[in-house]
Amino acid sequence: MSETVESVSALIIQKLLANPKVPRDIDGNCKIMDDLAFDSLAVMNFVMEVEDDMDVSVPLDKLADIRTINDLAACVVDLKNKG
Amino acid sequence: MTSLFSKFDGTAGALGSLVEAGGRNPFSVVIEKPVSSTVGIIEGRETLLFGTNNYLGLSQSPRAIKAAQDAAAACGVGTTGSRIANGTQSLHRQLERRIADYFGRRDAMVFSTGYQANLGMISTLAGKDDYLILDADSHASIYDGSRLSPAQVIRFRHNDADDLYKRLKRLDGTPGAKLIVVEGIYSMTGNVPPIAEMVAVKRETGAYLLVDEAHSFGVMGERGLGIAEQAGVEADVDFIVGTFSKSLGTVGGYCVSDHPELELVRLNCRPYMFTASLPPEVIAATMAALEDMAEHPELRTQLKDNAARLHAGFHGLGLNASKQVSPVIAVTLEEIGQAIMMWNRLLDLGVYVNLSLPPATPDSRPLLRCSVMATHTAEQIDKAIAIFKQAALDAKALPEAA
Repeated sequence: MSETVESVSALIIQKLLANPKVPRDIDGNCKIMDDLAFDSLAVMNFVMEVEDDMDVSVPLDKLADIRTINDLAACVVDLKNKG
Repeated sequence: MTSLFSKFDGTAGALGSLVEAGGRNPFSVVIEKPVSSTVGIIEGRETLLFGTNNYLGLSQSPRAIKAAQDAAAACGVGTTGSRIANGTQSLHRQLERRIADYFGRRDAMVFSTGYQANLGMISTLAGKDDYLILDADSHASIYDGSRLSPAQVIRFRHNDADDLYKRLKRLDGTPGAKLIVVEGIYSMTGNVPPIAEMVAVKRETGAYLLVDEAHSFGVMGERGLGIAEQAGVEADVDFIVGTFSKSLGTVGGYCVSDHPELELVRLNCRPYMFTASLPPEVIAATMAALEDMAEHPELRTQLKDNAARLHAGFHGLGLNASKQVSPVIAVTLEEIGQAIMMWNRLLDLGVYVNLSLPPATPDSRPLLRCSVMATHTAEQIDKAIAIFKQAALDAKALPEAA
């Protein structure tokens, strides 16, 4: 497993920036719903794309605890290491 | 001090601008009096009903009305108790037997609403180490059931059997049973899943399959059993969940299954145990409506013809309507303001449909959701299409006609 929270976080930011509506100055500490104005459905759909890139499934109950981009990255890394 | 209600500030703002934009609160429409299955009095005017899910028109079935009257006279108007205590009368068992027999299944559980049927079955079947695999566009009752369940919940892309397979394969080697949940007709869009492909995935991965036929029961399949019957895959569906509140025109939910353990589910299922059972008149009306449905397959043919007529009419106008023909036909608009204006114009001009706004819609665009009935006449459908055209022009959702 070569992924780290930093590398996954960078990948998530790169994916987010592909959406022109997302502010340009985001970093790992940005709150996905508050700072990026994603609604609950948009978050779930975005996570699905990250899941595909990382070949991992993030259970919905884990998603409830995720606030920031770094939280999501840490969760993905944790799931990858368990897998 | 923090207000208990500050969390609703966003809702209050959104509702305020919604009412300001259109002049009405779309979520507090009152049908002052139903005139027939297809016409109701709204704001004092006769209004065509194209948003009631009353697919076969059976809410007004004379046989069901008579059965309800007789049952109330004979048994009273309520059971005042839970199914596992004093809330099971012989009528409840009769209905369960009839629903199970109609589906050709071993047993049925009857719940007080369709919402509770999903809530109960999903939360009870999937335990701590199990996995629930849900279609991303699942109904709220399915998501709520998954929240009540201690299982791990994984979403797959809407109607995508390959994505379902991929997500199940990722779980290879994990302990715990896997339960896939899909719907026969998706309630917002009218989309129908590739059920045969999903069944193939289920077989290969050893998962269980629950199909919510809420909107497809009475609508699809030769006998109206839903998508599993239509696709010829009934034997591969472990649990069928449905509701009486759409095609049968009453209220209540059910689950049918061949698994003998359904009897044990009754004793572990909180949304079944900790609520009062359906009143006798509803049970009797539901059995009568089921007889109506069984004796009148032509209702289903008429419904299909009507759905095709409205679908073709919308596409003829150039509206962005559902691709598949089903009794749920959604018109997708690009902007919320446009949807609000068009929905209000429709009601002004005499057509009621459902306004669905994101995030209750699948892709962050608003929908005008229509449901067609077997009892709509061709004239009513043509009138609705003409009114849609006018409302779309008024809301600038269609280019000015040449």
